[in-house]
Amino acid sequence: MYVAVKGGERAIDNAHAWLAEERRGDARVPELSVAQIREQMTLAVNRVMAEGSLYDPDLAALAIKQARGDLIEAVFLIRAYRTTLPRFGASRPMDTAAMACDRRVSATFKDAPGGQVLGPTFDYTHRLLDFKLAADGEVPFAPELADAEPSKDTPHIMEFLDREGLMQRDTDGRTPPRDLTREPLELPATRDLRLQALTRGDEGFVLGMAYSTQRGYARNHAFVAELRIGKVAVEMDIPELGFAVEIGEVELTECETVNQFAGSKTEPPQFTRGYGLVFGMSERKAISMALVDRALRWEELGEDNLGAPAQDAEFVLYHADNIQATGFLEHIKLPHYVDFQSELELIRKLRREATADRGAHRAAAE
Amino acid sequence: MTPLLQVEDIAKYYGTRIGCTGVSFDLYPGEVMGIVGESGSGKSTLLNTLAGHLTPDRGAVRFDTRADGLRDTVTMSEPERRMLSRTDWAFVHQHARDGLRMNVSAGGNVGERLMAVGARHYGKIRATASDWLGRVEINEDRIDDRPASFSGGMQQRLQIARNLVTGPRLVFMDEPTGGLDVSVQARLLDLLRNLVREMGLSAIIVTHDLAVVRLLADRLMVMKDGHVVESGLTDQVLDDPQHGYTQLLVSSVLQV
Amino acid sequence: MTQIEQDKNAPDTVMSDYNFAYLDEQTKRMIRRAILKSLAIPGYQVPFASREMPMPYGWGTGGVQVSAAVLTPDDTLKVIDQGADDTTNAVSIRRFFEKTAGVAVTEATAEASIIQTRHRIPEAELREDQVLVYQVPIPEPLRFLEPSEVETRKMHELEEYGLMHVKLYEDIAQHGAIATAYAYPVKVEGRYVMDPSPIPKFDNPKLEMAAIQLFGAGREQRIYALPPYTQVVSLDFEDYPFEASKADHLCGLCGAEDSYLDELIVDDEGGRLFMCSDTDYCVARQAAGHRGSDAAPTLEGVA
Repeated sequence: MYVAVKGGERAIDNAHAWLAEERRGDARVPELSVAQIREQMTLAVNRVMAEGSLYDPDLAALAIKQARGDLIEAVFLIRAYRTTLPRFGASRPMDTAAMACDRRVSATFKDAPGGQVLGPTFDYTHRLLDFKLAADGEVPFAPELADAEPSKDTPHIMEFLDREGLMQRDTDGRTPPRDLTREPLELPATRDLRLQALTRGDEGFVLGMAYSTQRGYARNHAFVAELRIGKVAVEMDIPELGFAVEIGEVELTECETVNQFAGSKTEPPQFTRGYGLVFGMSERKAISMALVDRALRWEELGEDNLGAPAQDAEFVLYHADNIQATGFLEHIKLPHYVDFQSELELIRKLRREATADRGAHRAAAE
Repeated sequence: MTPLLQVEDIAKYYGTRIGCTGVSFDLYPGEVMGIVGESGSGKSTLLNTLAGHLTPDRGAVRFDTRADGLRDTVTMSEPERRMLSRTDWAFVHQHARDGLRMNVSAGGNVGERLMAVGARHYGKIRATASDWLGRVEINEDRIDDRPASFSGGMQQRLQIARNLVTGPRLVFMDEPTGGLDVSVQARLLDLLRNLVREMGLSAIIVTHDLAVVRLLADRLMVMKDGHVVESGLTDQVLDDPQHGYTQLLVSSVLQV
Repeated sequence: MTQIEQDKNAPDTVMSDYNFAYLDEQTKRMIRRAILKSLAIPGYQVPFASREMPMPYGWGTGGVQVSAAVLTPDDTLKVIDQGADDTTNAVSIRRFFEKTAGVAVTEATAEASIIQTRHRIPEAELREDQVLVYQVPIPEPLRFLEPSEVETRKMHELEEYGLMHVKLYEDIAQHGAIATAYAYPVKVEGRYVMDPSPIPKFDNPKLEMAAIQLFGAGREQRIYALPPYTQVVSLDFEDYPFEASKADHLCGLCGAEDSYLDELIVDDEGGRLFMCSDTDYCVARQAAGHRGSDAAPTLEGVA
């Protein structure tokens, strides 16, 4: 029989065996450990956790190893695993003001209580390939403050504007918030769902959308009021106990933008806010998210619909997820020969009829 | 005689600003009502409110439905209202591209309303479309062309054909001649007048052009700042305006 | 096919890290509720909270979730893609359920209680005790006329289907025939216009059948259904009636004249072989002694 259509099972087994071999690469080179990926490919691990919607650096590192470094494939592994996990409930809202900040910068004030902390950033590095790294050069330890104070609460910069009444007040969200991963997305989507979709959305997509607002497609003049990265405790109310218990700690990047004021005849002008919150150290994503969040708020803020892609919630939310996108995109390589066959029959029939028509016309003309 | 449309104390506000307010009138079958006024006078707001595109803040718009007689279209369900707007009502937009499907052929544009109410015979749909293209003076060999390749006047005539093909009982027109060249306007007006006569159409026409209402409308309402300041038979109002604003309006245009 | 031994009280013995048929019971209940609703409103697309599955979106995640929700340990499962049991994606999905549910699997249409399919309806008539589960890429029949989901849901709500016929009208005006060969839209019980998934229009008449038909679209988060014997009408015009067409040939292997055919290019000269797309149907006919013009003897050389 035909090899092309038979033997699917064997082909799959052989392909997977080959894949496993390719993943390992040259066996003379030592194998990468999951711990090495977790510790040395941290930003990749962060991205996989953020877009996979699962905070587990070890599993994310494993996924990256298994996916041969294809981060979207790794996100996919994490998402599929996440499906099998039971949901216990929602945590208490994270108190990001209590974040132990590794990095905290504001573009709107020269200085603020809590100070500007550059932290471990690529900013101001010169992007020169460091050949010392190729030679396995160990880097010197970063200096530490001898009398480093134990971290204390760092107030949000926005609070200072808020106290003056300059910030538009965000209303309290739904409690508990809806869960995008447990309910179908229905439109119009409330802001809690939009933010969920953005935080797990593809970094490249969210970045592109944010960039488009900066270039004039629904420009909203964002200033980074504050960008902070650090660890925050996760607390959960335990009904049986009657109080909240800390169940762990996650690293987060939070970005708050302050945007052009909006006002109307009934309301005096105020600054408005865009918000980004992402697992791990992912500041490109957090800033992008804040810009897109702000662009999507046009309706509730009474702004004009400029027809910009970043204002179209249906467009953004339906296309931000890279697991949905990549699956559907790549499915066109699956066999479609039944459909193609029906198209083939149709086009032959239409051509036959068209030719017959032309023949008839010629015959009539003669 | 039952009025075809009975409008009672309609008001529409944009926040605190008045769109239109206190508008009441009856429209009888076969009658053409003109609404004139400057831009910002509330005439388009009124038209869109009557046609169900805007929800009024107050008042009733009763239409003499085929099944149940006079019914308030403001309070009827959306499916019922939509059904009305694709059977007994028609709406001619100022800009033809707002009222046409630009990526569908002329024949498809005219046929859509027929198909929306259940026509399922291709040959008959096409014949009707072809007939209507003829009636609006579009050459029948353009039936498979898309409106994008049509001139502005042709697009507007196509929009009219698309609207009238199902024999609606009430046609709303929003500045149907606006944006067209003067010579094109004259031809369109002539066409509209003939169609209105032939079909015994009832219509509400909003325009700032008094020549249009002089030609088409039996009765006239003059609007200013959201209020109707004068109404009456067209000739009466145009030849012997009572309200100061109407006098100003009449004197500011060339007599037809 | 080997059937893995399985204790029904402890389904975890098959793939101990996961629940029976992969999904947790809570999720299955959620999907079953959506299925029941879809059966109550034939042709209506019920939103459901689709889960991420271990295969990509667009590769049958909707069908897999529906199958997982209706599968019981006593079921016998058949999976086809393009009508064939041995295409790679069908193999992959069948293996998934063997591994996670340990159910019996079969290639014989008559032996299956649940059949998951992509792009085909089996040729053999299905029975009342069978369930046909379709994988659906784009559940919205109006999607390519109107990209916005908000708009299309409104169009269904208000039964505003004029645009659908405008599309068919345009086809005839341009091509002289309705130029839709697969995923041919249907109207269900005179109410909802439905996409039957990308089956060739040859299969449309079979949509009125004794079995329960469930349609799952994972990425688009929709489930819809046709209960047994539901009226399903392919959209058309009176003077351009719907036609269930197929290649004008007999199956080269089994000689069938009533089955949908695949066309294979068999040599460098572009020689063609037509054969049943439903492999089980073809094999069963050959086993019963039917032979087509290109049957075995000449084929051995090619293979």
